Amino acid sequence: MTSEIFQKLSESLVMGEPDATVELTRQALAAGIEPMTIIQEGLMPGMTIVGDKFSSGEYFLPDLIIAAEGMQRAMELLEPELHARQQAIESAGTVVIGTVKGDIHEIGKSLVATMLSANGFKVFDLGVDVPTTKFIEKVKETGANILGLSALLTTTMTVQRDVLEALKSAGLRDQVKVMVGGAPVTRKWAADIGADGYAEDAIGAVQVARQLMGKA
Amino acid sequence: MRPKLTVLSDELVEQIIQEGMRLLLDPGVRVHNHEALTLLAEAGAEVDFEQQIAKIPEAMVLNALHSAPGEFFLYNLDGQPVVHYGGDDIHFDPGSSGVAILASLDGAQRSPTTADFVKFIKLVEMLPQYEAQSTAFVCRDVPEGMGDLYRLYLALNFMRKPIITGAFGKETFWVMVELLSLVAGGAAALAEKPTAVFDVCPSPPLLWSDLTCQNLIDCARRHLPAELISMPLAGATSPVTLAAAAVQHTAESFSGLVIHQLAQPGAPIVWGGAPAAFDMREGTTPMGDVNTWLIDCAYIQIGKRLNLPTHTYMGSSDAKVIDAQAGFESMGGALLAALTGANMISGGGMLDFLRCQSLEKLVIDAEMIGMAKRLVAGIEPRDQPIALTLMRQAGHKANFLSQPHTQRMFRKELYIPSPVVDRGSWDAWQKKGSQTCEQRASERVEALLRNYQPNGLSAEARDELRQIVQKVARQHGMAQLPPLEM
Repeated sequence: MTSEIFQKLSESLVMGEPDATVELTRQALAAGIEPMTIIQEGLMPGMTIVGDKFSSGEYFLPDLIIAAEGMQRAMELLEPELHARQQAIESAGTVVIGTVKGDIHEIGKSLVATMLSANGFKVFDLGVDVPTTKFIEKVKETGANILGLSALLTTTMTVQRDVLEALKSAGLRDQVKVMVGGAPVTRKWAADIGADGYAEDAIGAVQVARQLMGKA
Repeated sequence: MRPKLTVLSDELVEQIIQEGMRLLLDPGVRVHNHEALTLLAEAGAEVDFEQQIAKIPEAMVLNALHSAPGEFFLYNLDGQPVVHYGGDDIHFDPGSSGVAILASLDGAQRSPTTADFVKFIKLVEMLPQYEAQSTAFVCRDVPEGMGDLYRLYLALNFMRKPIITGAFGKETFWVMVELLSLVAGGAAALAEKPTAVFDVCPSPPLLWSDLTCQNLIDCARRHLPAELISMPLAGATSPVTLAAAAVQHTAESFSGLVIHQLAQPGAPIVWGGAPAAFDMREGTTPMGDVNTWLIDCAYIQIGKRLNLPTHTYMGSSDAKVIDAQAGFESMGGALLAALTGANMISGGGMLDFLRCQSLEKLVIDAEMIGMAKRLVAGIEPRDQPIALTLMRQAGHKANFLSQPHTQRMFRKELYIPSPVVDRGSWDAWQKKGSQTCEQRASERVEALLRNYQPNGLSAEARDELRQIVQKVARQHGMAQLPPLEM
């Protein structure tokens, strides 16, 4: 029975059926299975298969996103249970992310946020057109390890530099690693403005985030 | 007969237009611009000023379609009408706003500077396949805040052809208008014989930012042509199905059209776009992609059904070097755009998702544009009877090469490429150094640049242009503009 439900949980993620993932997670909890076991035996193996299928070219971004959504929704059910048992999944790190002021492009930033969450980071997504002060406040409030700044326009990528300056002024620059991204952003630009990390896509961003946390 | 491509049935065109109109009512369009919202409300739209959402009834769209001109001309700096936005006439301009330049044929890129863009403008002048210039680079040697107007300033110093441009700010727009007016001989002269088109881009889905919306209104009031660049990203910022992306494009373009025509009925406006089908593996926005092309061809067909001038971003490539991918993607897009009859086709020279401009590729693309134009010119009888007299005179001797008819007709009938296209024998090719197409293009870039002739702008006008831009540069903390070598 238990091995069957783990198999089904894994399959629901692989098949991209988040409703089924949620339902199976409920059933597993009702059957008295430990939340940590559900994660380790059911959900994580599913996510690993999805990641492998993406890497091999069989799966595409929509497959990845929908699996991540299933994972997130299952975790929403499991987290209170873990908490009640005074257990916790070891977070890969805390990330504050958003698209900078003057820029309303969402896709790339959301993709990175989703991929980071699916890989165990605690992500605070501030959305788009985020004022510089809001980034600073949220970093302070959450004690974030990483700040992710997205810009899709050549005219707004300079705001990434402004945020870095503001972090310095607020005395926070040493406490948080800054990752930048977006279509016009290059490795060179990242280096020029003194950012700590840059990746060309969402998959790469996860690797960079892990490196910045010293876990890769 | 002109070969013509359509990708939608008449019924599907009508349904897409209908759904586009219905989207404007529910959920409506978000407009982050108070002036536009006021215009919309006064004309009968249901406007929620707090949420900044306007619900636009069909009648307002029909009014806008009625008042918008079906055609207009762009003029060169000598005052001649050289671009006809209307009917099935096609024209090409380079892809715009490149943030990188291909620094070497192995794919290295670097940030473009003043000298790069000046070279580029001169090269476009020397290639007759391009009817218009574009503000093709964002130069990195001036402050970002003046990047838009600086491009136009450089272009005006070296161009004769009209230009496709756009503003990055509300204030810089007015400096750009000032520059254009100065060269045209006043604001009225510029409105009467426009030399520039301003691209204005709604944000998918169904949103107008304050800046682009203001540009749209200001263009209309000045009677400067505006080009609507709706860019649904199928599978990301629009539904993944291609027809649905076309519906979204239609709705966004309708909303722009309505705002524009309310600001100034009868002002010239173009049904343009830069949609793309999201790449499901890389998360990128491919332009040299058959899915993207289908959306392009669909919205162009819709624009024609609405009797509006049309524009598209086709004929560029996402390759990083000038290779086989660059060739087939650019040619595919250019041919389809030509066959669909888009009035302005932007993309020449571009690689890497419209990020990277290349002088060599611009020269190569000119060849494919030449071929695309020849293709749509189609086959004419030329003589009556077509062949009887010619063939009976020749009998069974194949000596047409020496016929006066051949000498008289071949230039008109055949498209003849430049030496960028290799048509020699293997021996001849080897003797010339076994060069690749890119290497030949590289040599041609230099050869063409040597023959560039300055435009007729007076020293006084150049000086005035420089003073205007110098003033803006100082406001941005730049004491002296980069030098301009004529």
